[in-house]
Amino acid sequence: MAKGDPGGTTRSKRAAPRSRKGATGDPQLVQLLTPEGERIDSVIGPDGNEYRVDFTDEEYRGLYRDLVLVRKLDAEATALQRQGELGLWASLLGQEAAQVGSGRALRTQDMAFPTYREHGVLYCRGIDPIMPLGLFRGVDQGGWDPNEFKFNMYTIVIGAQTLHATGYAMGITMDGKTGTDDGEAAIAYFGDGATSQGDVNEAFVWASVFNAPLVFFCQNNQYAISEPLERQTRVPLYQRAAGFGFPGIRVDGNDVLASYAVTRTALDNARLGQGPSLIEAYTYRMGAHTTSDDPTRYRIASEVEAWQAKDPIARMKAFLEKQQIADAGFFAEVDEQARRESVHLRERVLDMPDPEPVTMFDHVYPNGSPLLDEQRAKFSRYMESFEGSAH
Amino acid sequence: MATETLTLGKALNTGLRRALENDPKVIIMGEDVGKLGGVFRITDGLQKDFGDQRVIDTPLAESGIIGTAVGLAIRGYRPICEIQFDGFVYPAYDQIVSQVAKMHYRSGGRLSIPMVIRIPFGGGIGAVEHHSESPEAYFAHTAGLKVVTCSNPQDAYVMIQQAIASDDPIVFLEPKRRYWEKGQVDLDAPLSDAYPLHSARVVRPGNAVTVLAYGPMVRTCLEAATAAAEDGRELEVIDLRSLSPLDLTAAYESVKRTGRAVVVHEAPSNIGLGAELAARITEECFYSLESPVLRVTGFDTPYPASRVEEEYLPDLDRVLDAVDRTFGW
Ligand SMILES: Cc1ncc(C[n+]2csc(CCOP(=O)(O)OP(=O)(O)O)c2C)c(N)n1
Repeated sequence: MAKGDPGGTTRSKRAAPRSRKGATGDPQLVQLLTPEGERIDSVIGPDGNEYRVDFTDEEYRGLYRDLVLVRKLDAEATALQRQGELGLWASLLGQEAAQVGSGRALRTQDMAFPTYREHGVLYCRGIDPIMPLGLFRGVDQGGWDPNEFKFNMYTIVIGAQTLHATGYAMGITMDGKTGTDDGEAAIAYFGDGATSQGDVNEAFVWASVFNAPLVFFCQNNQYAISEPLERQTRVPLYQRAAGFGFPGIRVDGNDVLASYAVTRTALDNARLGQGPSLIEAYTYRMGAHTTSDDPTRYRIASEVEAWQAKDPIARMKAFLEKQQIADAGFFAEVDEQARRESVHLRERVLDMPDPEPVTMFDHVYPNGSPLLDEQRAKFSRYMESFEGSAH
Repeated sequence: MATETLTLGKALNTGLRRALENDPKVIIMGEDVGKLGGVFRITDGLQKDFGDQRVIDTPLAESGIIGTAVGLAIRGYRPICEIQFDGFVYPAYDQIVSQVAKMHYRSGGRLSIPMVIRIPFGGGIGAVEHHSESPEAYFAHTAGLKVVTCSNPQDAYVMIQQAIASDDPIVFLEPKRRYWEKGQVDLDAPLSDAYPLHSARVVRPGNAVTVLAYGPMVRTCLEAATAAAEDGRELEVIDLRSLSPLDLTAAYESVKRTGRAVVVHEAPSNIGLGAELAARITEECFYSLESPVLRVTGFDTPYPASRVEEEYLPDLDRVLDAVDRTFGW
């Protein structure tokens, strides 16, 4: 079995942990859909919670559609980067189920705090998928309204957003919006590497102490750029929660149903005033860290192949076929929609205009600054001095 | 008119109380700000009167104080964060410069972070290391932040309220060695009539040399001006009040009259506020200057052991010496 597999016994020689029980030693992870597409009706998690989903056929098909669409749009963005249309792209390939599962578990009123890779969650929040491309193309800094969509800006500084989410969740409590079924919750996304950051650990402390209605959603995709999980931790990440005083659970992050079920339960608990929890979505980043990265330098092909066999879309498709929830016509139609949307995305990216240079002076301060106004005026005069002269 | 004699610390306390009364979204958070009232007692009695939801004792984690305040601000609150001492702001530095300062810009103006970060700063109280630093240049260098400091109880009372009412994120530096100094404070004058937060002020008019200072050094410079007057030299002392943005209107006008300028601050001189001030004055007043703009500052060392801080900190003699030197050209 491959390194990085929760049930695996082989270990990388590089890490050489002292004990046999290392970062990936705990086999307990919540799963509702096996890699072969077999449905597990319900499971009692190691935390004692029962996890199950009860979807209509339509909803199952909807989840499949989400998975295919976000993968296709992500692939289009990667291609656009390769063609020089984006400066950089952080692909979600392989992490679709964790993102769509958790993203669909959110209610309209819940607030999400993403990293730079949460394109699937962004999609689930109803934000136009072109939005993050502006950031990576360099024409803006991410163009959506965080308050309107309840999805904050992407955060590049690793772990910083977990504190923002914690404060926001404290505000939910202070506003009296917990304890009822229509209450609110917040969710913070971060990676396995982020768990080493001080901010993430501070966020754990704060969320616990203030009983914040918050779900910490860690996508353990096994790598922080080139560094394997063993460089960040010697205990399974979800077990960290216990030390901070709230529950932690590991879910099969390639299983959209389990990701949904686990997130929904955690959000409900938060909403009801039971405080934070940590979800470790155990998954794998199939592509490069970003388009500027070369994963062949730090990981082996057999590992990637082993995870290929657990692909989140393939297993959902197998399930839909076995249960006769969807037919060939449906799959063709979804593929066609994905193709159309990605073509549309491409066209719109190419049409994205560069911003007017003088707009770099906008929005530095809500109340402006006389020094900046002066600088902007000087810059404008300078730019105008070129007019006509060059042509 | 309800004018009272208050210490600078009590004036801040009263200003914070007013802000808590006037806006239910204002909250105070920091280490020991509740029951204890802060290590300098600036938040004394506030938790008792406003409750532990408004005046929050936080875990001992500076990045956490600022980072969670960002989330609370996104949620619609107006957090006032207390950093216990200047030397302990660095664990929160990333949150301040990368998050607080840039949120408005990065969101295209959709999010504001109306936060005040209160930091007792500067030396002169005989403290141990990390308790006497002057980190203003780090923050003034950061676009998106505003940085202000007060030098007397009246300004402390008004400026803290203005900072809290502003939607800009503001680093509010409190001259800790002046916390116990008393002055008249008009408690009733409406905030709307107050002197603007980001404007410098001439605190002593004169025609011989323009002396620029802020925070704890204003008083030192006023004392120097009194001494200089005895020698027949009238120094014009300007309290900058706002370090970012800088208001140099009064300074330019003054230097054009006096032809001489001395900048005084406790922070080290290298790449400090004094360098910026000297450059700007030189650009704007070049033909009026009779001598180079001089700086009187702390040295380019870490803040030294307190038994030698008297020698480290600019004092009356060093200011007067610089004034003399401007006449040597
Ligand atoms: C504070 C900080 N340090 C370093 C970086 C550079 N960096 C960007 S992504 C990354 C790895 C993050 O790994 P992880 O948290 O596991 O998230 P993933 O990208 O795998 O989703 C690093 C080191 C950064 N963005 N922020």
